[in-house]
Amino acid sequence: MAHNFEPVEVSTKEDFKLDGPVKWCAGCGGHAVLNSVKSVLPETGIDKEKVVFVSGIGCSSRFPYYINSYGFHSMHGRANPIASGIKISNPNLSVWIVTGDGDSMAIGGNHFIHTIRRNINVNILLFNNKIYGLTKGQYSPTTPKGSVTKSSPDGTIENAFMPGELTMGAQGTFFARTVDSDPKMMREVFRAAADHKGTSVVEILLNCVIFANQVHKDITGKDVREDHQIYLEHGKPMIFGKDRNKGLMMKGDKMEVVTIGENGVTEDDLIIHNTKDVDDTNHYRLVRMGLPEYPVAMGVIRAIESEVFESQMYDQVQHARENAKIKTMDELLHSGNVFESKG
Amino acid sequence: MAKNHRVIELDEVVVKFAGDSGDGMQLTGTQFSDTSAFVGNDLSTFPDYPSEIRAPQGTIAGVSGFQVHIGHKEVSTPGDQADVLVAMNPAALKANMKWVKDGATIIIDIDNFDNKHYKKAGFEEDPLHDGSLEGFNVVKAPISLLSRDVAMANGLDSKGADMTRNQFVAGLLYWLFNRDIKIGEDFLKKKFKSKPDVVKANIAVLQEGYNYAETIEALSTTYHVDPVKGKKGLFRNITGNQATAWGLLAAAEKAGLELFLGSYPITPATEILQEIAKRKHLGAIAFQAEDEIAGISSAIGASFAGKLACTTTSGPGLALKGEAIGLAVITELPLVIVDVQRGGPSTGLPTKTEQSDLLQALYGRNGESPCIVIAASSPANCFNYAYEAAKLSLEHMTPVILLTDGYLANGSELWKIPYMKDMPAIKLQKVKDNDPDYQPYRRDPERLNRFWAIPGQPGLRHRVGGLEKEDVTGVVSHDPMNHQIMVELRDKKVQKVVDYIPDQKVIGPAEGDLLVVGWGGTYGALVSAVKDLQEEGKSVALAQFNYLNPLPGNTAEVLSGYKKILVCELNLGQFATYLRSKHPQYEYLQYNKVQGLPLFISELKVKINEVLNSIK
Repeated sequence: MAHNFEPVEVSTKEDFKLDGPVKWCAGCGGHAVLNSVKSVLPETGIDKEKVVFVSGIGCSSRFPYYINSYGFHSMHGRANPIASGIKISNPNLSVWIVTGDGDSMAIGGNHFIHTIRRNINVNILLFNNKIYGLTKGQYSPTTPKGSVTKSSPDGTIENAFMPGELTMGAQGTFFARTVDSDPKMMREVFRAAADHKGTSVVEILLNCVIFANQVHKDITGKDVREDHQIYLEHGKPMIFGKDRNKGLMMKGDKMEVVTIGENGVTEDDLIIHNTKDVDDTNHYRLVRMGLPEYPVAMGVIRAIESEVFESQMYDQVQHARENAKIKTMDELLHSGNVFESKG
Repeated sequence: MAKNHRVIELDEVVVKFAGDSGDGMQLTGTQFSDTSAFVGNDLSTFPDYPSEIRAPQGTIAGVSGFQVHIGHKEVSTPGDQADVLVAMNPAALKANMKWVKDGATIIIDIDNFDNKHYKKAGFEEDPLHDGSLEGFNVVKAPISLLSRDVAMANGLDSKGADMTRNQFVAGLLYWLFNRDIKIGEDFLKKKFKSKPDVVKANIAVLQEGYNYAETIEALSTTYHVDPVKGKKGLFRNITGNQATAWGLLAAAEKAGLELFLGSYPITPATEILQEIAKRKHLGAIAFQAEDEIAGISSAIGASFAGKLACTTTSGPGLALKGEAIGLAVITELPLVIVDVQRGGPSTGLPTKTEQSDLLQALYGRNGESPCIVIAASSPANCFNYAYEAAKLSLEHMTPVILLTDGYLANGSELWKIPYMKDMPAIKLQKVKDNDPDYQPYRRDPERLNRFWAIPGQPGLRHRVGGLEKEDVTGVVSHDPMNHQIMVELRDKKVQKVVDYIPDQKVIGPAEGDLLVVGWGGTYGALVSAVKDLQEEGKSVALAQFNYLNPLPGNTAEVLSGYKKILVCELNLGQFATYLRSKHPQYEYLQYNKVQGLPLFISELKVKINEVLNSIK
């Protein structure tokens, strides 16, 4: 396993249960995410006393109050730097950031990209409901252009961010996408995020029942999801569809949707998903795919090995400690130009 | 070496080096300061430089200066005016004419005094011939020409040779102050350790300057400043920023913690970040964040995770950090925020000093958000107050804002080196693993601090955050009465600090005509002015405040002993306003200056005399 902590005592899902009400709306996707996270944590082998959940502000960010771990509910947009400070201070902790499309794509956008650029070993769960829920229904940076919201009565005139594109643009080492309505997929993706060394970004397409109900229904609807999603697995061909007969194939420099059995296409013609490809060209292609031309990519899209910030930091600390002549404050105070005055 | 000239003994002398930003005046100033410290003089220095890295050469905007005050007697400021001015070009002369004493020695690089340079400096007449330098001892030395010749003869190319000019100046001054030139040579050997050819050429130029001075008649009178009286032990020359960084490192060592600094570069605070970044060998981590907010946020995270956490900034950065300071207040985590004040508002005067962040430090946040606020008052005691900021923060579990300023940060003074065994103990407010009674917001009955349970500790899992918490349990609460209780507890906790800080000292009589009040970085000028007037028999005393919130317990008593109170500060009256709100029973006169400059002893004496005269 790839994580960098020693299992001490096996935790159970119960260990992470916290008494008290969970104050998300009934039907909010947050409940399912919370449940999946609690299921996954024991699987990671982490000591329950070493788990820290950090959040910013927004509906997503109430998460730390609903799970029995060390928790820090912070400021709007600032979960990433607070979590960075925690992880750098103690790399043995398992640090999870719970954030939303307002928190990390708008007010905290700067911190989001810089955390990823540094590759600090934290897990970012980005609840993307494409709306500001806690302030009651204004458009967010991921709201599709043209959407009518309380602050865009005539439709938004802004292009939407894709969290995956930002992650890749910031040289992200891990990006995955999942949906709140598929617990099995969430558990698999969260587990992969936990195991990844470096900043793991998981975009969770999440339903806001009140202000953007069914915003993802074209992707997640029971009747359409098999044809409108492709679940990607490393080393496996890119197949999807109700009848498992559709796939993705390279044609020239483009990915195209093909049907197995038509025009001589066989499974062997499909692209084999490689999460470990350092070249992110195909990962970009996968992240950008959208309806109606393409299915929406789900699962772990990118997971490459790269050095993490805090390990390199402590390597430098250790090297300095071993090689410096000055070991104590008294030695520092008396180093360099010191003059004796006889008064 | 035999000298056939007059040597005058001086108690103190002020030397100012001025030239283009690239002329090496900061280096020469430092070299002269270190040499003075080496021979045992007391000293105080102040660099004065533009905010541009290389402003247009030869213009007033591009003038960079370094002032050194050395003494046989104790010195506490870099001096109002210079006894010796080195002006490398006409702009440097023009910019500094009002900062030299009558009869001062002015050393100019005659090679740069031509019509081209006069025009750049904005001189309409040739200042060497229009009578404006009458009464000064002007030494016209061919500094550029001779330096270049000697340096090139020693193997440097013309560009490298031009950079040795400052060593010619240094040589002149070693002669002028009867210093052993070997000290200057050693300084260069250390400074350019890896470049032996540069060392060789610079030493040759240094000697050339020295020999030139010995030869010309204009410098037939030289000076000698004896070692300072009454200072015994090991000393070093230290700037305020270095002292601040070391104070934080010292507190971490004493507390048995590792230091975490989350910071973003900003003038004039950046050197603290750079200094701590060099101290990984002491376990310190400097995290250069993507912005001011991330700097403090990472520090808050580090504090939650059990580090001694700090952030350093200047006024604009403090404004950006406001919300996060509030988070540290409500989560009741230890955090040191260092604000090296500069001229404002907005970008203001980045390289100039001011004291205009006081009210921002005290009140500049949303909600009732009290912080402990303290201020350093000399470059060297930045060490003590940085240490004290960390100690108060860790012991009272609340953020502390330490105010220094550009004048303290970049200025330096001779500092008696402390020993760690003499530094006060720091008592951490930690919780034992698996403490069955642990509650996140249970408090110490005396200090009212909550306790520090650190992620990874077994049996203490809890959640903190910016939402109001229920007293004791720390559960999120919107209960009206609970909010009242928590707001008052956080305030009371800070006010309780008064029992753990020293009483306010007064320099001078406890009763009299006038109490001069200052705070922070103006100490040097204020104490010099007040002591001078006390020697003249005036009934005047000084109270210089280092503890601002809470104010020392005896503040009202101190203020009560005088007919008048004069509050002097580098803003429009922020401390006076604060004192009026805390102790409205007194009347506060004000002396305020906002020119990006420190207070001068001379102007203070005029003002103090004016107030004293109004009493009689």
